[in-house]
Amino acid sequence: MGNGVKHLLDFQGWTVEAIEGILETADVMKEVLERPVKKVPALQGITVCTAFFENSTRTRTSFELAARRMSADVLTFAAGASSLSKGESLRDTIETLNAYKVDAFIVRHHASGAAHQVARFSGKSTINAGDGRRAHPTQALLDAYTMLKEFGKLEGLKVTIIGDILHSRVARSNAELLSLMGAQVTLCGPATLLPRELARDNVKVTTDIQEAVTGADVVMALRLQQERMNGGFLPSMSEYALTYQVNESLLERAKDHAIVLHPGPMNRDLEISGSLADSARSRIIAQVEYGQAVRMSVLYHLLVGKK
Amino acid sequence: MLEIKNVKRVGSDQLESLFIAEGKIKGWNLSEAATETIDGKGATVAPALIELHAHLREPGQEQKEDLASGLAAAAAGGYGTVVSMPNTSPVVDEPGIVATLIQKAEKLGFARLKPAAALTRGQKGETLADLAALKEAGASMFTDDGRTNENANVLRRGMEYASGLGLLVSVHAEDATLRQDGVMNEGVVSHELGLPGNPAAAEAARVARDVEIALLTGARLHIQHLSTARALEIVRQGKKAGAPVTCEVCPHHLTLTDESLRGFDAMYKVAPPLRTQQDAEALLEGLLDGTVDCLATDHAPHTQAEKEKDLLEAPFGIPSIEVAFPLMYTRFVKTGKISLEKVLDLFTVGCAKVMNWETPSLEAGSVADVVLLDLDQARAVDPKTFKSKAKFSPWAGEELYGWPTLTLVAGKVAFQN
Ligand SMILES: [Zn+2]
Repeated sequence: MGNGVKHLLDFQGWTVEAIEGILETADVMKEVLERPVKKVPALQGITVCTAFFENSTRTRTSFELAARRMSADVLTFAAGASSLSKGESLRDTIETLNAYKVDAFIVRHHASGAAHQVARFSGKSTINAGDGRRAHPTQALLDAYTMLKEFGKLEGLKVTIIGDILHSRVARSNAELLSLMGAQVTLCGPATLLPRELARDNVKVTTDIQEAVTGADVVMALRLQQERMNGGFLPSMSEYALTYQVNESLLERAKDHAIVLHPGPMNRDLEISGSLADSARSRIIAQVEYGQAVRMSVLYHLLVGKK
Repeated sequence: MLEIKNVKRVGSDQLESLFIAEGKIKGWNLSEAATETIDGKGATVAPALIELHAHLREPGQEQKEDLASGLAAAAAGGYGTVVSMPNTSPVVDEPGIVATLIQKAEKLGFARLKPAAALTRGQKGETLADLAALKEAGASMFTDDGRTNENANVLRRGMEYASGLGLLVSVHAEDATLRQDGVMNEGVVSHELGLPGNPAAAEAARVARDVEIALLTGARLHIQHLSTARALEIVRQGKKAGAPVTCEVCPHHLTLTDESLRGFDAMYKVAPPLRTQQDAEALLEGLLDGTVDCLATDHAPHTQAEKEKDLLEAPFGIPSIEVAFPLMYTRFVKTGKISLEKVLDLFTVGCAKVMNWETPSLEAGSVADVVLLDLDQARAVDPKTFKSKAKFSPWAGEELYGWPTLTLVAGKVAFQN
């Protein structure tokens, strides 16, 4: 393969073709995952380091399983459990890990831009597994893949993302990726959590949730962190649920075939009603399942033939 | 008697000789015999620059910078005098610390040190430091820079008290409750990058408050490192209304914008943050129309390791004292945006006026603080050669004109290249 791309930090500089390539290969990987022996030798001899400076068991598990299913060796680094990183610069930590002859880094970090720094400091292929509020590109890819499986295309889809847009790397990455692929994205939330500066050609920004959902093909609810109350962004959880919860009655405004997504983990009956999450419209479990195939595809595109 | 021959005065192509004796300018083109001669090789001669805002980190953070490295860096940047900020560890809020710093600096023979002292104990913004005793020990001004003065009444009392001593108070004007945890300018770029933003309004709101306090008290107030068009406009209006307010602007706010953060390099993390192109242009306008009184660097050295942390954790600050003049000269004088006379004024006379110091001059009788500037030959910024301990620079590799070749402080060589 080899589209010349070395890192997946965000979608800056990515082409439609390169992304289509990843989504197509995800089909192949999905098929691998349906076999009795769910393993291919594609990454044999390659060492992948998951460098998680912020906890996320789900994302780390998904990446590590994806790497192992492709026969890569996996070095696991979790900042919390290690003597590395306390008081040490990000660069020093990465150089130490690099000394173990790592071929690629998968980075999760609480600071926006940390994955870019790791790419710079390590010189190795780097995949952003979520950095601060900046980007979570594999989440966006698996969301896009879920939409693709549902509707057969991304172009022209109307996708509405609802919630704490300000602090959401999922919202940023989805807006970047989907608008690049020709979808119409609407970002919606209370004004305190909605940077209007994110608006552009294919990205609308509105506080009006009714308008935002009208005619949508896809409605995505974002996780609301409890800290937003303390930060003074919201008066109360109950007021948020009253105004911005994604639920059945809201979905009546969307297209008949509209599906519901959530990047997880969910606060049931806060940002999304539990019954909707469990309904036939929900593709929340499919997202998790597709996540692994998409991550295998990303690893394949970035690492095969690069050793 | 020292003769500096083959130098040009600003605006002239004629090669002349400047004579210096006993730390003072003796005169031009004298017939007396010199005991020592320095060949200026056609450099332009000007009064040495004055820095009103440098972080020299001593005492307590000598791994970042100390008096020796910081004052040597200043001299290499063409500076004869440096006002150091008191946000050290411990804070410069005791007369003994001021006195020690001055004594140490005198022995070094680089740029002259005029330490600022904290306005409040521990720079906590709660109770005034012993301002009279600090002045007695040699403090040149009072500031809680590094911190913002949240309590308006404490600032008012501090300004009133300091004005009774004939010294000014300078402020890092930013409303901390609006700034929050912002690490860069709040705007399109911060929202795209997902980095916590610091809105321009945090500066404007605080400047407005402080200008009102200056009007109320009639006491002198100096506003540090102004970064936004709005705050500058408020200063402009305040000056018109008669507020005894002065302000400084830093070269990085004139030459860099928040777009620099797109590479996620913490080197560009500075407080107040790099703003937009419109802000930078407004600041330049402020230099030209006299709203801005002087240029200051806010030289803020850190270790490389600290700047290689993630953007939330890395400290604020850009080291710039060694490149300030060449940068301003190359970007703005050579491009015809501003005259050499004006830029030099902002680096010298403007600073002295803010501090109520003797006007820098090359006329006979003036203190022989002198700099020679090579305006003809370009040289790339090479942080490895910095005298500062901070060996990184946003302008690394950029070809600049106007490098200092010689700095004299009271007639003594503090830097020579
Ligand atoms: Zn400051």
